[in-house]
Amino acid sequence: MGRDRSGRSAIALRRCDTLGVVNTPRTLYDKVWDSHVVSHDEGAPPVLYIDLHLVHEVTSPQAFQGLRDRGIGVRRPDRTMATMDHSIPTRDQTLPILDPIAAKQVEQLRINCREFDIPLADVGDESQGIVHVIGPELGLTRPGITVVCGDSHTSTHGAFGALAFGIGTTEVEHVLATQCLLQHRSKTCEVRFHGRPRQGIVAKDLILALIAEIGIGGGTGFVFEYTGAAIRSLSMEGRMTVCNMSIEGGARAGMVAPDDGTYQYLAGRPASPRGAAWEEALEQWRALPSDDGAAYDRTVTIDAAELEPMITWGTNPGMGVGLNQPVPEPNGNASVRKALDYMQLEAGRPLAGQPVDVVFVGSCTNSRISDLRAAAELMKGRKVNPRVRMLVVPGSEKVRSQAESEGLAEVFRQAGADWREAGCSMCIAMNGDQLSSGQYCVSTSNRNFEGRQGKGGRTFLASPLTAAASAIEGAVADPRRYL
Amino acid sequence: MQAVTSFRGKAVALPVSDIDTDQIIPARFLKTIEKLGLGENLFNDWRYLPDGSRNPDFVLNRPAAAGASVLLAGDNFGCGSSREHAPWALIGYGFRAVISTSFADIFRNNSLKNGLLPVIVDQATLTELQEAAQSEAGLEVTIDLASQELELPTGRRVRFPIDGFSRQCLLEGGDQLSYIQQRMGSILAYERSASSELDTRLVSRASA
Repeated sequence: MGRDRSGRSAIALRRCDTLGVVNTPRTLYDKVWDSHVVSHDEGAPPVLYIDLHLVHEVTSPQAFQGLRDRGIGVRRPDRTMATMDHSIPTRDQTLPILDPIAAKQVEQLRINCREFDIPLADVGDESQGIVHVIGPELGLTRPGITVVCGDSHTSTHGAFGALAFGIGTTEVEHVLATQCLLQHRSKTCEVRFHGRPRQGIVAKDLILALIAEIGIGGGTGFVFEYTGAAIRSLSMEGRMTVCNMSIEGGARAGMVAPDDGTYQYLAGRPASPRGAAWEEALEQWRALPSDDGAAYDRTVTIDAAELEPMITWGTNPGMGVGLNQPVPEPNGNASVRKALDYMQLEAGRPLAGQPVDVVFVGSCTNSRISDLRAAAELMKGRKVNPRVRMLVVPGSEKVRSQAESEGLAEVFRQAGADWREAGCSMCIAMNGDQLSSGQYCVSTSNRNFEGRQGKGGRTFLASPLTAAASAIEGAVADPRRYL
Repeated sequence: MQAVTSFRGKAVALPVSDIDTDQIIPARFLKTIEKLGLGENLFNDWRYLPDGSRNPDFVLNRPAAAGASVLLAGDNFGCGSSREHAPWALIGYGFRAVISTSFADIFRNNSLKNGLLPVIVDQATLTELQEAAQSEAGLEVTIDLASQELELPTGRRVRFPIDGFSRQCLLEGGDQLSYIQQRMGSILAYERSASSELDTRLVSRASA
């Protein structure tokens, strides 16, 4: 599990300024953490201020009920933003929701937002979408802030140099009521991707390679900071893909230091600062990157130049290999044996060539415009293999309309894929978009747990490029032959 | 929340590593707006066969497991999503503690806030307990939160780590939200000093 290669000592790195005051170099995490501690009493965790609270329909109803039971309101509706994504259908969203339990949950969010005066990106609004897609898209996510949501993939927002992590419903209630959380400081782990990835190797391959290396519990207790040339060269959307899956390595959060690419992405977004406020913000953001010599509790290094397209073969995101590499033998490992039994796969053979029934492009990991562009470019003029059902689900209403205006939706339709409306869809299979028992699916989502995409369904996690190539071939395929 | 102090309960072994929250409570059961009623679907896809009948091979369906309140699970229990429905389902079923070698962060936090004890022991102790539970139906252990001790059937006492503040809250039935609310003066002072013009209402105006 993980390796400590830093070998650095925090004490050795301390330096004195001219006044003789000890200035310890700080990491990005240290800086964001330090600037958000409201108070810290002996014997209790620090009280941490939360700048932005994102809310969705699944993990919030019991928290709002808790406020009612206590007779209190939402303290900062202006720092709270709600949307619907998990339970909503992705086929014609103008129709009523057929599942009465899902319909009630969605309606409950509307009631809660009205009652507590919280801005809501409702179904049909142009700002609606998967919570981790719309936060950045709207300019709400920004460097140096703290972001929480009752959703483990809140780590996504760390791509902007924010400290962003998932919380439970009790904590959602705490933040609604006070805009604060009781939180222990995490340890820091630098995840350095050096080298230049080869053509066809994308953000998803980087993060799947990391989790395969450290295991799904490898980051427990840590916040990751992703560094290195391969991270710097990623687009903001690529960085979001990487940070999104930090939780799959056990880390609460993952962060990338902001740079010019971050500022370009944010400039002019609906909620981004403007004018003098923008200049002031830029000055603060530029001070955020980790100081030279800042010490991490641990460092993991991965050579991005050595990677090939990654895919998972098992029932957790750490069970991944290069798609041309053999699936491991159990060799007495009960978890591997159990996973292979569930997946009905033979050890010792690569997954390339393994027939698939469904291909899903979507989720908070890979449903942004660049993901859809990559998949569409590969599929242009080609057809989805007749044995495959392909579902392409944009991450937000804005991504949907952009993909339609760029002609991407038409490429998918022409190829025979099912083009949908925005939502979490088959990543979590709460809305009727799901696998049948026994089906194999190449999915751009983030979890391949047993039954995650439908009871008995079998998931191979991979990049949008690998998903598109596999849809064409009807089997797990190396996308590089199409590039 | 009711205070948690010391209790004795029947232990059942589920010696599987990395049991994720989708196994504890599959996502399709998260459409409820309540906390109650989730126990029926705890470990749903392992516990029930496709026709809806109970899977006789699953440990919780064995007659000897009836009334169990302590789960002996494998390493990294509760990994995956932030759903608090996972501890709600375990508590709804009747569990009061889970013993493992490690827990995922969010699951552990959620459990502590609901009075479900995440008890961390070393691998040898866990293996000893799991083997004992598998060979002796009705095996009981005692968990004492005040002394942070787990008493094995052999009489051996093992100390387990737990966050001191959470422990105090559990022992007193204290409420963490009240604790934060009592610091409202500091929160207001923080808000006055930290400048940020972030405003979510700008978004709804922009898209209205």
